Amino acid sequence: MNPVNYLYLAALLFTIGGAGVMIRRNAIIVFMCVELMLNACNLAFVTFARLHDNLDGQIFAFFTMVVAAAEVVVGLAIIVTFFRSRHSASVDDASLMKL
Amino acid sequence: MTTSTGEAIQFWILAVVAVLGAIGTVSMKKAVHSALSLAGTMIVLAVFYLAQGAYFLGVVQIVVYTGAIMMLFLFVVMLVGITAADSLKETIKGQRCAAVLCGLGFGILLIVGLGKASLHSFAGLGTANSGGNVEGLAKLIFTTYVWAFELTGALLITAAVGAMVLTHRERTQQAATQRELSEQRVREGTQVPPLPAPGVYARHNAVDIPGLLPDGTASELTVSRTLRARGQIRDVSGERLTSLAELERRSENWLERDGEDETNAVNGANAVNGANGANGVNGANGSNGANGAKGGR
Repeated sequence: MNPVNYLYLAALLFTIGGAGVMIRRNAIIVFMCVELMLNACNLAFVTFARLHDNLDGQIFAFFTMVVAAAEVVVGLAIIVTFFRSRHSASVDDASLMKL
Repeated sequence: MTTSTGEAIQFWILAVVAVLGAIGTVSMKKAVHSALSLAGTMIVLAVFYLAQGAYFLGVVQIVVYTGAIMMLFLFVVMLVGITAADSLKETIKGQRCAAVLCGLGFGILLIVGLGKASLHSFAGLGTANSGGNVEGLAKLIFTTYVWAFELTGALLITAAVGAMVLTHRERTQQAATQRELSEQRVREGTQVPPLPAPGVYARHNAVDIPGLLPDGTASELTVSRTLRARGQIRDVSGERLTSLAELERRSENWLERDGEDETNAVNGANAVNGANGANGVNGANGSNGANGAKGGR
């Protein structure tokens, strides 16, 4: 098997995640799809690190994970705050900036 | 360069699992199921990292992603309410179709681009991992990427503070005490005594079974507000007639058998012990009582 297949898989997962972001309206699931896209990018990074025989790709994947963790914390806090004021997690209800 | 046969088999099996998990994440109706599908995909990706020589990242993927981040997701899903499943109805006409078409186009673009790229020589991680994967990563993080690493620390601190600021609520007035609450109830005249208990028969005293009013309809008041909001109420008022008949038949059976058992037991006790007089007397009383009840019936 050619290791390029890992890249194809990453592209497929990224596409599925992107389609999910466009299709779903529950903010939590949209968020999970974003996580899926980030994971697909990490897989591509790790594969490229193997392609070039250096560890920079893995460092990038590591930083992506850290940024994803920070992003999840803030994003979920926003969702919880939004749910408190609107009693809904649907992105359709987030049509106004003020409460 | 090609990989080993074992890795190829592993890839083709686990890639299917990963794609199925991703599709499940997108298409499951409930957020909990989506989260579980995503966790499965993430574990598969961790295995892929390990197979590709990224040992540190594979472990971090399991610990941080499936361990911490997915648990955070599940916490929020539970907080927001599991049954807050979003309706799968389209609000914008043709939006889902357009989204799928967009995704398809993007995917084709990406995959054709990958196919055209010249990725024919794979170097493998032989020299990069020669001193150990973790040691190599540590050397890079603390030399070349040390500035980015410091910034990451600042980012994490900011995220933690931001989450606390966003979810913190200042209490603007003192919470009402029990006395104030009871006085308010009396003043408003609504439900002054405690709420009625749930459960109907001896068989159904669970908290999700509403109590029945005299006319046989279920009383909403007897079930907790949370369960009511989730729609997790089991209404048994409809099955009461059939189950009542069943119950009566069975209790009749049971009573008869019970009476026989008791007399048998008493006879046995009398036969065995002459010395244990007190027990024998008690048993006799019991059997008298049972016989009396039988005679009365």
